[in-house]
This record gives sequence, structure tokens and C-alpha cells, in this order.
Amino acid sequence: MEGFAAIYIFMLAAFTGYEVISRVPVILHTPLMSGSNFVHGVVLVGAMVVLGHADPEDPVQLAIGFVAVFLGAANAAGGYVVTERMLAMFKGGNKKEGGA
Amino acid sequence: MLNWFIQASYFVVAVVFILGLKAMSSPVTARKGIIWAGWAMVAATLVTLQTPGMQNYGLMIVAIVTGGAVAWWSGKSVKMTDMPQMVAIYNGMGGGAAAAIAALEFARGEVHGTVAATLAVLGALIGSVAFSGSCIAFAKLQGIMKNAFRLPAQNQVNIGLAALAVLLGLGIIASDSPASVLVVLFFIVSLALGVVLTSPIGGADMPVVISLLNAFTGLAVGFEGFVLGNPALIVAGIVVGASGTLLTQLMAKAMNRPITNVIFTPITGAAAGGGGEEIEGTMKEFSALDAASVMRYASKVIIVPGYGMAVAGAQHKVWEMAQLLEEGGVEVVFAIHPVAGRMPGHMNVLLAEAGVPYDKIFDLEEINADFAQADVALVIGANDVVNPVARTDKSSPIYGMPILNVDMAQNVIVVKRGKGAGYSGIENALFYKDNCRMLYGSAQQAIGEVIAHVKALEV
Repeated sequence: MEGFAAIYIFMLAAFTGYEVISRVPVILHTPLMSGSNFVHGVVLVGAMVVLGHADPEDPVQLAIGFVAVFLGAANAAGGYVVTERMLAMFKGGNKKEGGA
Repeated sequence: MLNWFIQASYFVVAVVFILGLKAMSSPVTARKGIIWAGWAMVAATLVTLQTPGMQNYGLMIVAIVTGGAVAWWSGKSVKMTDMPQMVAIYNGMGGGAAAAIAALEFARGEVHGTVAATLAVLGALIGSVAFSGSCIAFAKLQGIMKNAFRLPAQNQVNIGLAALAVLLGLGIIASDSPASVLVVLFFIVSLALGVVLTSPIGGADMPVVISLLNAFTGLAVGFEGFVLGNPALIVAGIVVGASGTLLTQLMAKAMNRPITNVIFTPITGAAAGGGGEEIEGTMKEFSALDAASVMRYASKVIIVPGYGMAVAGAQHKVWEMAQLLEEGGVEVVFAIHPVAGRMPGHMNVLLAEAGVPYDKIFDLEEINADFAQADVALVIGANDVVNPVARTDKSSPIYGMPILNVDMAQNVIVVKRGKGAGYSGIENALFYKDNCRMLYGSAQQAIGEVIAHVKALEV
């Protein structure tokens, strides 16, 4: 990727992250931390790409690739489940909509 | 055409991730946000399987299924009180994945050019630190690793290891196809750095550390995204890196502990022991019956829950007691310190689990002035966040940390298992104050007895 385009993306993404988070109330900080933890689970996609291009004859490459995909999948799945469970507990304040 | 479709999908996925995080600014939309993001993640995974020229599908599917299943099951079965260490360990896995991506790129000899090599090395370094650091954080919170572990020349070792990692990294960047010994050594030093950085950090600072490591993983993912030319990784990683940094700052501010202090001068039992004023007075014991009657005939009770309540699983009992008191005409509210629990907002999650409506829950700034008008402040398993030495004793390691002013209430009742000091190891001056009474016992049992007495008083 072009060097300067990369810096622009970096900067814009950083501002976006800052702006998105600065409006989150304290009561949601734990789910938010966990939720952002889930979002970087997208590392799974990168891990799949590198494993997919590893040399099938080279056990070292395959092992590292396997570890990368395994860890990435665990990050994504675990991050999602934990965040969803925590947020499910906040539905109490939303009775009008839920009806239950 | 296929490539165009994959890139377009990644773009949509990145946008959904950002919207999903944005939805977390309100409890009403938060859950929907994470569910969208979940579907986006599934889509990203499926699209990636279509990438042209990929092989090793069997191994890949096995890794996804086993990694995903283990994490899914552990995430479903973990108790709410143990949530912080789960967040820490999943985060560490993300950092480990980013580091492993870099390792594989080096092994394949696919990293060319100074810029790509620098980014790969940076991602690998930060990812490795996040991985081993998170493992230590997990071990501490889980109780596997009991004590803070401090080397004789801790800061020098930190700096030395960091410098060594940077040097090895520079070596990798300088050579177009680095020797595998160099790469392996680089990863070992980076992993050791994570261990050495986090092992001296005490429990009280853990929330800040988990958040910082989360930001680290985000950055590592972003850097590896640049190396792979994958915009989904870049955007998601950097957004998390920036938001995690902000969150870390907010938390450090809430504890009045600059991040550099958290890392370089951790609060430990030993540090707390030296210096400090002698505390005068004695601890006065209170019975559950006395506590029940004081609260039953009060007009305003402020409950300050802490981690002690959470580990005892007493939040349901506490809410039952609060409802009982309210039926008797007592105004009951909850006051939460920003770092109560093991992560900021952790206590809110636990109270939400018990069904406490959030209009009864107040932040430090919202409620601190009200303690002076409260008849009773009931402290359950909280310690450092109510310690008045933070206001008075300049030599105390927690001096300057904003605390809940429970000592201003007419009566203070502290539910505590024993006479020991809190998690940070600092003696609490509150317990010796004239208006303070101690109700010994686990939160579960003590509040249970109070409930029984309150019920008896109704007759």
C-alpha cells in the first residue's frame, strides 16, 4: 500500500476510534472493552490468509499458521460470547420494548 | 471480479464494526450493535475462505472450529464475576494471533522493504507483549498467580528487555531475509518483555493494564493489516487501538494513577507498608440486628458495593434487601466507584445481573455530595475506593485517587469477612472512624441475616 495513503487511513481510523468511544457512559465500559476486544478478533481473517498461503510441505509454517488461526478464532468467538452475555443483562431497563 | 467482491465485503464489514461499537454508547442499542458485528465477523470469515490461491483448507477449518468452540464454551460457562480474566485471555489470543501472522510472514520470506518489515516487527513486538502480558493478567485475576512478583532492578530489566527487543527488531528490518535464529530470539525477548512488564502489577491496577493490553492488541492487528494489505484488519485494529488508549486514559484518570506509574511504580503490599501515618482508634463490631434496625429506620441509605460482594455472589441478596427497605419507605441508592470490581463498569454489569434498575445506580461524581445527607452508608466488600487516606495522607500510594466519601454519612456500616487490609494491601482509616461499625461475615451470609431481621422488624 502507498505509504501516505496508509498514514491517512491510520489517522482517520484513530480519530474514529477516539470519537466513537468518547461518548460511551461508564456503566458500559466493561462491555465496551470486551466488545472492542471482539472487533480486533478480525485478526482471524489475516490469520486465515497467511495459513492459506503457507507452504503445505513445511510443517513449521503450517504449525505457526494453525496457531494463528486457532488464536484468532478464539479471540473472535470468546469476545463475542462474553460481550453478548454482559449486554444481555442490561435489557432490564428496556422493558417497554421487550414486553417481558 | 472475485477480488473486487472480497475487498468490497471487507469495506462493509469495517463499517459495520464501527457502527457496532458506536451502538455501545447506550444500553438500549448496545446488544444490537454487538449482534450486527457478530454477523459481520461471520461474513468476513466466509468471504476470506473464497480468497484466490489459498490452500490448507482442512487445517484451517480444524483451527477455526476448535479455537472457536473452546472459546465459545468457556465464554458461555464463565461466571460474571470472572469476566475480567476472560476478557484478558481472549485479548491475549488476539495479540498472539497478530504475532503469529508476523512470524509466518517472516518464515515464508514474504516481508520485503523497510516499511513492511518495520510494521511487521512492530506488530509482532506489540502482539507478543499483549499475548504474554494478558496471560499473566489472566493468571493473577484467576488466582493462579497470587503475588506481585518484582525483580530487584525491575525498571532496568524492563528497559533492558525492551531495548534488546528493539535491537533485534532493527536487525530483522535491516536484513532482507533475516536468519531464523534472529527471528526466534526476537519473539522470545518480546514474550519475556510482556511477562516482566505485567508480573509486578498489583490487582488494584489490573483494570488499567487489561485495557492497555487491549489497545496493544488492536495496534498489533492494525500493523499486521498493513503488512498483509488487508483494510479490514487495518481499520478494526486501529479503531480498537485508539479507543483502547482513550479508555485506558479515562480509567487511569479515575484512579488518579498516571499510566507510567501503573507500569513503573505499581502499588504492592510492600510499597504500602512503608511510610504512612499510624491510624488511631479501634474497629467497632456491629450485629446484623443492629445493622437492620439502623437501616430500617433511616430515611436514606447509600449502598457501596465492591468486589467482595461480587465474589460472594451476594448482589441478588443485596437487591432483595434494598427492595425490602424501600417497601418500608427508605430511599435506597447504589454508589459505584469507576474502578469498583476488576474492570471499570464491572460492578454495573453485576448489579444489572441482579436486576437493579440503572436509575438507582450513581457514579462517583453524581453521588459524592449526597453522602453528607445519608443516614447510612453500607459498604459491602469495598475497600480502597472508600479509604479516606486518599484525601489526607500524602505518603499513601493511593493519595489523590478520587474516593467515595462514605465517611461523611451519619453512620457507616462495613460488611467485611475479616480484619485484613484490602486488595492493594493498604490499611483503611475508615474502619477506625467513630461513625463506622464493622459487620463481619461473608456478604452473602451477613446480608442474609440483615434481611431476616428487617423482615422481623416489619411485624
